[in-house]
Amino acid sequence: MSELAALSNSYQNWYRFSRNPTAVIGLVIVVVSILAALLAPHITPYPDHIGAIVDFRNRHQPPSAAHWFGTDNVGRDILTRVIFGLRVSLMLAFVVLIIAVPFGTVLGLLAGYFGGWTEIVIMRLTDIALALPPLIMALAVAAVLEPSLMNAMLAIASLWWTWHTRLVYSMVRQIRALEYVEAAETLGASKTHILFREILPNCVSAIAVKTSLDAGFVILIGASLSFLGLGIQPPTPDLGTMVSDGASFLPDYWWESLLPGTAILFVALGFNLLGDGLRDLFDVEDVR
Amino acid sequence: MEFLGFLARRLAWSLLVLVGLSVVIFVIARVVPGDPARMALGPRASAEQVTELQEKLGLNLPLYQQYGRFIGGLAQGELGQSLLTERSVNLDIRTTFPATLELVMATVIIAFLFGVPLGVAAARWKDSWPDNLVRAFAIVAAVMPTFFIALLLQVLAGYVLQILPTTGRLPTGTEFEADITGLLIVDGLLKGQLHVVFEAMRHLLLPALALSLATMGQMARITRASMIDVSRQDYIEAARAFGVPDRVRLFKYQLRPAFVPPLTIMGLEFASLIGGAFVVELIFSWPGMAAYGIRAITQKDLNAIMGVVMVSGLFFVLVNLLIDVLVGLVDPRIRIRGRRA
Repeated sequence: MSELAALSNSYQNWYRFSRNPTAVIGLVIVVVSILAALLAPHITPYPDHIGAIVDFRNRHQPPSAAHWFGTDNVGRDILTRVIFGLRVSLMLAFVVLIIAVPFGTVLGLLAGYFGGWTEIVIMRLTDIALALPPLIMALAVAAVLEPSLMNAMLAIASLWWTWHTRLVYSMVRQIRALEYVEAAETLGASKTHILFREILPNCVSAIAVKTSLDAGFVILIGASLSFLGLGIQPPTPDLGTMVSDGASFLPDYWWESLLPGTAILFVALGFNLLGDGLRDLFDVEDVR
Repeated sequence: MEFLGFLARRLAWSLLVLVGLSVVIFVIARVVPGDPARMALGPRASAEQVTELQEKLGLNLPLYQQYGRFIGGLAQGELGQSLLTERSVNLDIRTTFPATLELVMATVIIAFLFGVPLGVAAARWKDSWPDNLVRAFAIVAAVMPTFFIALLLQVLAGYVLQILPTTGRLPTGTEFEADITGLLIVDGLLKGQLHVVFEAMRHLLLPALALSLATMGQMARITRASMIDVSRQDYIEAARAFGVPDRVRLFKYQLRPAFVPPLTIMGLEFASLIGGAFVVELIFSWPGMAAYGIRAITQKDLNAIMGVVMVSGLFFVLVNLLIDVLVGLVDPRIRIRGRRA
């Protein structure tokens, strides 16, 4: 494709994407969340409230001009802690996916292209990993090692690759029978070339859709983990922990639990809408 | 005959998955932590105490022998002793599992009962308001953290409206022994104690609803997609041309094949359902396996953790086996081909 054609193509894609209101909402939510997380120390009203600060005169304040999201049971600004909590959630999703997606993709490529024993071994491995609920796996690892963000991320990543393996595998099975792959084989192209230069590019859009949807779900699992007290440890702000801490003050001080919970919902929703939008754009039906 | 062969193949795969699972769990619980005995006893235990427990648990044996003992026990359905309570993990799980099973079964029933009709309605009125409503619900339900739904339901129905109980399986002080199946509703029916059945259902409603919303949305979404898919088939067009009434066409010819994807997805959803049960049980003080598992995890009770994870995995594998058989029954084409499409 010439550069001009590529440019026009990406412009067309952007045009089609921008006509889809829910997809644009998703993109906006994702971009705003990422920016807020990156700039947290500069945009939050009380950046020092992320630590173990206690201000009893200001505890349980309802939302006001000074504290948009109210304050918690030791008087810390909840908006500040929610924005810093986003950092933890997004970091979790980022690290899990940056490990799981390439790993799962390569395994899926190998299983789908080579078949035979490679396929049997890899696909049975995915069956095993699929039988383990990621939340329980993360809990078990958190128990055996120490509960920390790093361990949680490793535990979730160690199971998450399976979804990408299964996705890429089923696509490669269809793609490898296409004539252009056969042509490349006849020309004597190397296996690496066929796998990564001929087949992989045709899977990229499906992987992108899946990754965006995944980001939302990984964030949910991470939040559940910290809700149970096995995620990142206090006083670092974490959305799941905030919901759990605030829960004992429901329904009177509703903002302490409800607003952080809504923040989780919001980010996960953003990634989901974005994923759905990309799916419509790339027209990859069967990616969930 | 073909069906038996299909069943045998599926059984063999399931067994293989379980063996793999046992290796993974063994590695997590025995190899990763270094010294499980030291972990169980805590940092203040003396060296003699640690050695004693190591010998008692066979931790001084080479790893492959330890794994042999572990899998030998598993084969006999023995999960070892809890390091803390000294009770058999089997017993603990046997007393707590029925509560979780009852919760998960109620969840699945609710998810199907509402999810599938919602999906059918969305497909029937595609692109008009019922469809948009169902799709919006499905997305929000999917991204709403389970613990958040559970908390909201608990506060709303339990404290604000005060219409439903928010903790436990029965009112405190109820004298009832669920010693037949362990499922309160089933045992209550078998013993003819209808007030127990009624109370058990009231207690079950909120936790099951909280756990089911995400799956319900997923079911609606998949049913919708697959109904639309089937509606484009030639034989549906033919039925329409022959003047088969809408309702008959929809429910008799379209729903049956369209039912396969939601069923298969349900199987995969089970992993997240079991995970979700961990959170829901904690919030609603549900005395199930998940609540037991959380306790085991916070107290670093390795045998109990292994037991809980293994039983969760076993549960997942069995459910998926069952679903494959069901799918074979619903759709004979799959039975003949011998594997999932």
